[in-house]
Amino acid sequence: MTIGGLFRRIDRALVAATGCIVVLLIAGALYDRNFLSPDYLLQQLQVAAFLGVIATGVMLVVLLGHIDLSIPWVVTIGGMMSTAAAGHDGWAGSLAIPIAVASGLAIGVINGIGVAYLRVPSMIFTLATNAIAQGLMVVHTSGFAPEDHATPAMHALAVERSILGIPNAVVVWGVIGAGTVVVLKRTTFGRRVYAIGNSERAVYLSRGNVRRIVVACFAIAGACSAFAGVLLAGYSTKAYQAMGDPYLLPAIAAVVLGGTSILGGRGTYLGTVAGVVLVTLLQSMLSIMQISEAGRQVIYGAVIIVMLLVYGRSAKVVS
Amino acid sequence: MTSRRATDTRYWLASQRGPLLAAALFTAMFALFVVEHPAGLSANVVNTAANKGVLLALVAIAQTIPVLTSGLDLSVGSVFVLSNCVASSLVAGSPGEVALGVAAVLACGLLCGALNGLVVVIGRLQPIIATLATGAMYTGVALWLRPAPGGAINEDFADVITGSLGDRVPFSVILLVAVVVVIWIPYRRSVLGRAAYAIGSSEQAAYMSGVPVARAKFVAYVLAGLFAAIAGLVLTCLTYSGEANALLGGSYTLSSVAAVVVGGTSLYGGAGGAIGTIFGAFVLRTIGDLLFVFDIDPLSQPLFLGVVLLIAVSLGSFRLLKVKKRLDLYR
Repeated sequence: MTIGGLFRRIDRALVAATGCIVVLLIAGALYDRNFLSPDYLLQQLQVAAFLGVIATGVMLVVLLGHIDLSIPWVVTIGGMMSTAAAGHDGWAGSLAIPIAVASGLAIGVINGIGVAYLRVPSMIFTLATNAIAQGLMVVHTSGFAPEDHATPAMHALAVERSILGIPNAVVVWGVIGAGTVVVLKRTTFGRRVYAIGNSERAVYLSRGNVRRIVVACFAIAGACSAFAGVLLAGYSTKAYQAMGDPYLLPAIAAVVLGGTSILGGRGTYLGTVAGVVLVTLLQSMLSIMQISEAGRQVIYGAVIIVMLLVYGRSAKVVS
Repeated sequence: MTSRRATDTRYWLASQRGPLLAAALFTAMFALFVVEHPAGLSANVVNTAANKGVLLALVAIAQTIPVLTSGLDLSVGSVFVLSNCVASSLVAGSPGEVALGVAAVLACGLLCGALNGLVVVIGRLQPIIATLATGAMYTGVALWLRPAPGGAINEDFADVITGSLGDRVPFSVILLVAVVVVIWIPYRRSVLGRAAYAIGSSEQAAYMSGVPVARAKFVAYVLAGLFAAIAGLVLTCLTYSGEANALLGGSYTLSSVAAVVVGGTSLYGGAGGAIGTIFGAFVLRTIGDLLFVFDIDPLSQPLFLGVVLLIAVSLGSFRLLKVKKRLDLYR
């Protein structure tokens, strides 16, 4: 392959996002020398891993041309179910992680059935399941703070660094990410995910099972969100109401900044990784510079708009 | 020829099915609420219900207009909260100052809407992500104006807005009707209003037919900002203070989308309108009231609300039974 061919194959959004990351790192280093220390960067990656796991599921759903607004409370369900199970001795305690992920998977399947079989617009259907998830958790905790247990496995996954000092959370994200890349690039399922985003009708006419693929993607998204909730609960050894709320906007922003079209059918996982790192670094920089919450919100929103203006514009309607 | 008139009526009924259903649902639910309420149909009960409903109805109308163009405005809740903060600082003092303050609040809403419109039309960003980002900015400005809850509003003005006319008709309902008559109906009949519906049906076709696409989209977002600001003003009149409550803004944004859908406006654009949205908003608010009068355990109320919402948005799926070709199920 010629160098020109290679260059053309590289995603423009990925280049732009990487460029923004480099600019952020340089700006951070100019502000504070410690910004570029390996320890700090690894810590940022660890924080990014939680967002990265959520963004993986969001990306699958967005590739279909749908959106999942039930993330906040599915993350919370993941956290609360795992800590609740961890509070039990015996088999329930040791199965904390599978129980939590299965709960998220179940909500995801409901989302998928609503979107694929009932044909309710995903935005409004996932909004309703988010409300139900919230209702379930309010009943579950009776309005009080839930149990604050985390199994050793949860703690190990979220906090410890087993291999070469790399945080386990980053390894977990890497494994999930590698799996996603293989599925998206190398399997019929993955190609059809992209195809559905471009034209559901075409996939239907070429004998693809559109509905089953949509349900599967929403199910994976639910499982990813719940698993991120498990990691977050392991990280802080507690689960609390609305712990997932701060993750909806960053997750969608990361996916879109990574070059995935919000209309579906276009986007790479590498771009999503870049988007996640970018959003995490931006949040971290704004908190290091001790800007007030008000200023942080304004800058955060403005930076996302500006970055999208640079490379996320849609085509002009001409005919 | 009577048959022709009958056909016209049938078409009109078919086109207004969503709003009519929402209106019927609201009437039934509100009747049940009044019957079950210990105080019955007292002016106080009606006034409280009206104020809560009008608040959501205004935010939901704001959401309706961009949705008609097959867009979305996820910043309506933030504009609502921001104008609450502005109103708690400026709408005070003499009647003249109050008038100036109200004008400032509305101008603030128009400005936010104009920024959204610019980003969506000139910037050509997807509305869903662009307004999510501008919404964060408006919340930031609101926090800057009111780091802590506080402020005040001219109480005479506030009491008029939230009170009842002749102890019977809630003033907020009159305000809502006035807003619909003065802003929505002229807009709906104007070139730009019809353009909004055309864009929602097919942007390409609208463009090729010489519809002012850019101008109509821009105005849709500006009007959304205006309606959200009016809602923020009413909120300030209810609470006598301002608070940069991001959670409140978020919940209003999400409820507004739900109200739009329940009111029969298509999220894909091109069909529906503000009247249906108003009933949609009142239906959503009455659900909460019903849970209250039926003594549902407060802890399970959010769950009930969620289940009712899920059922409400799934009702539209009955249209699938009428689809004859399976290909038509897919887009």
